[in-house]
Amino acid sequence: MSHVPELAVKNLHVAVEGKEILKGLSLEVRKGEIHALMGPNGSGKSTLANTLMGYPRYEVTSGEILFKGKSVLEMEADERSRAGLFMAFQYPVAIPGVSVANFLRTALNARRAVQDANGTGAMPVGKGIPPKEFRALLREKMALLHMDESVAGRYLNDGFSGGEKKRAEILQMAILKPEIAILDETDSGLDIDALRVVAEGVNALVGPDLGVLIITHYQRILNYVKPHFVHVMVDGQIQISGGPELALKLESLGYDWLREGKEVTTP
Amino acid sequence: MTTTPSLDIRERYQEKYGFHDSDQYVFRSRRGLDAEIVSQISEMKGEPAWMRDYRLKALEIFERKPLPTWGGNVADIDFQNIYYYVKPTSEEAKSWDDVPADMKRTFDKLGIPEAEQKFLSGVGAQYDSEVVYHKIKESLEKQGVIFLSCDQGLKEHEELFRQYFGTVIPSTDNKFAALNSAVWSGGSFIYVPKGVHVDVPLQAYFRINTKDMGQFERTLIIVDEGAWVHYVEGCTAPIYASDSLHSAVVEIIVKPGARCRYTTIQNWSNNVYNLVTKRAVAYRDATMEWVDGNLGSKLTMKYPSVYMMEPGAKAEILSIAFAGRGQHQDAGGKVVHAAPHTSSKIVSKSISKDGGRAGYRGPVKVVKGAHDCKSTVNCDALILDEASRSDTYPDMEIEENKVTIGHEATVSKIGDEQLFYLQSRGINKDEAAAMIVSGFIEPIVKELPMEYAVEMNRLIQLQMEGSVG
Repeated sequence: MSHVPELAVKNLHVAVEGKEILKGLSLEVRKGEIHALMGPNGSGKSTLANTLMGYPRYEVTSGEILFKGKSVLEMEADERSRAGLFMAFQYPVAIPGVSVANFLRTALNARRAVQDANGTGAMPVGKGIPPKEFRALLREKMALLHMDESVAGRYLNDGFSGGEKKRAEILQMAILKPEIAILDETDSGLDIDALRVVAEGVNALVGPDLGVLIITHYQRILNYVKPHFVHVMVDGQIQISGGPELALKLESLGYDWLREGKEVTTP
Repeated sequence: MTTTPSLDIRERYQEKYGFHDSDQYVFRSRRGLDAEIVSQISEMKGEPAWMRDYRLKALEIFERKPLPTWGGNVADIDFQNIYYYVKPTSEEAKSWDDVPADMKRTFDKLGIPEAEQKFLSGVGAQYDSEVVYHKIKESLEKQGVIFLSCDQGLKEHEELFRQYFGTVIPSTDNKFAALNSAVWSGGSFIYVPKGVHVDVPLQAYFRINTKDMGQFERTLIIVDEGAWVHYVEGCTAPIYASDSLHSAVVEIIVKPGARCRYTTIQNWSNNVYNLVTKRAVAYRDATMEWVDGNLGSKLTMKYPSVYMMEPGAKAEILSIAFAGRGQHQDAGGKVVHAAPHTSSKIVSKSISKDGGRAGYRGPVKVVKGAHDCKSTVNCDALILDEASRSDTYPDMEIEENKVTIGHEATVSKIGDEQLFYLQSRGINKDEAAAMIVSGFIEPIVKELPMEYAVEMNRLIQLQMEGSVG
């Protein structure tokens, strides 16, 4: 674990519409690690997720985000994605008229073209994944997430239930194979069965080639996905970091325990 | 460094859509319009006297009628600076082998032979004013289906032709219908006998290829009782500096129990005035569907319409308009419920960008006594930037109480959230925007034959390149 972390956030300050939301946040995530970032509403968790992915309206006022040792601050979201970063959205938007399959094939081909441009892939530019290969890949990953095959032909997130949307997010992650994935409140709005399916999907994908940052308000999902590290965020900073036991402590004591400033240790 | 493969459509645009082969004409009328030219056109075609007289009368009507003051600006059209008739070869080609080599090159560039192999049963390809290539598969001929150029239709089936010609759109309908009636040339004549289902789309490609040449094709389709046909026309045009005029008339008669679908993809170059009158009459339990895509032209004014004459008639109009820089697309559809128990559905999608202007104009009329009618109108506009414009002119004229009428209109912009979402999956901004636009028109594109759907999406991608910054 001594190599350069895939994702390194250093003293990050972010303003949203002129108001400072992240106030000097630091965090490192390596491949093979599962981190949970917890915190009360309004602590800046989703702002962090969206900033990491490159949401244009969030302004980094100081600090640094390094991905595989390189700053991503000047990169657009699509470049960050192709470099190997992924975010599962808390509220995935609908793209009417664009089927899940068509969307995924386009996204996958965008990656392949880059690989080729870098000379690391064998695929000629503009040739894309062969349809047969893509269908097989899609079928395999959908089966993994217990998704009905008909979802592939539906319009992306259009009319999807909460559970379907979250599952579709994990499906995208499975197909795009990022090195670091941020799951922004992936557990919110899910009933227990859907939560289990999503968690199983995440578990099936984690391994030495994937690092995961799970952002959550509740520790519920952590009953299914076991984090190596738990961080608690309050008011734009990480207040405390620890092992899995920290999540359980939060569950029984609540976030007020941190706000009152007791037992605060700096990470 | 990290870019997605470039869409090479733009680079090849001139080659694919902007080319023109050398002009080789057997006959060309002089510029301008008068009785002498109209008589000359009729004589060149060897038409019967009644058609010559019909043309001359239409010319009088054209001269009398004022230009429309609504819709788009047509005041700049110089009617005396246009060639109204150009005959490219002396003979109409009977088979592909007869088509002259340079025209074949044009068709090659358009992908016609390839498309034919896969899809076509018969190609009516209009090269300038005259159909030079026209082929019908033997099976269609055996079924008694007539698929000819309109000129040939008049020659070979005069009685049938005369019975229906001008009955749906008389010369007096509007100024441009009158113009077409006076100088029409080319277009298709189709007759589908009772009960015959033509299960492959009949297609015609045509293009404008002579500087300042007007294109005034005339199409007449008769679908007899219980018959079925799908006609597809697609147009591309080379780019010229001075303004061109395209003014077509399409008349369709859908007899009881019959069904007709008419699909158009219009991609005229951006100096063409595209002023077209399209109308169908549908009788008892007949269905008429217009699928109309408008991408090109300087100004398009086109409102395919359906008159439902007897109970059970159905109308469906799907239209897409894309208005880019310097373009005005005034499109939509019109339905007239002239009998009880008739139903209609209009779906219109428009996209405007770079200062383009897209308008929806959709009169719905229910005449007195046409009770238990149903009509739904949905028009959605997508505006891509502040400089662009979208207008909706719904127009309901309902003279009967017992009817169900629905009208919905939405105007939207491409959302930052949608762009960010797609970008977060590695898709670059231009491609993401194109994807959102393609999705927007998908409900209509999916109704197109596959090759047209592919072409439509590629054209949209081309139009969208570099559009978001």
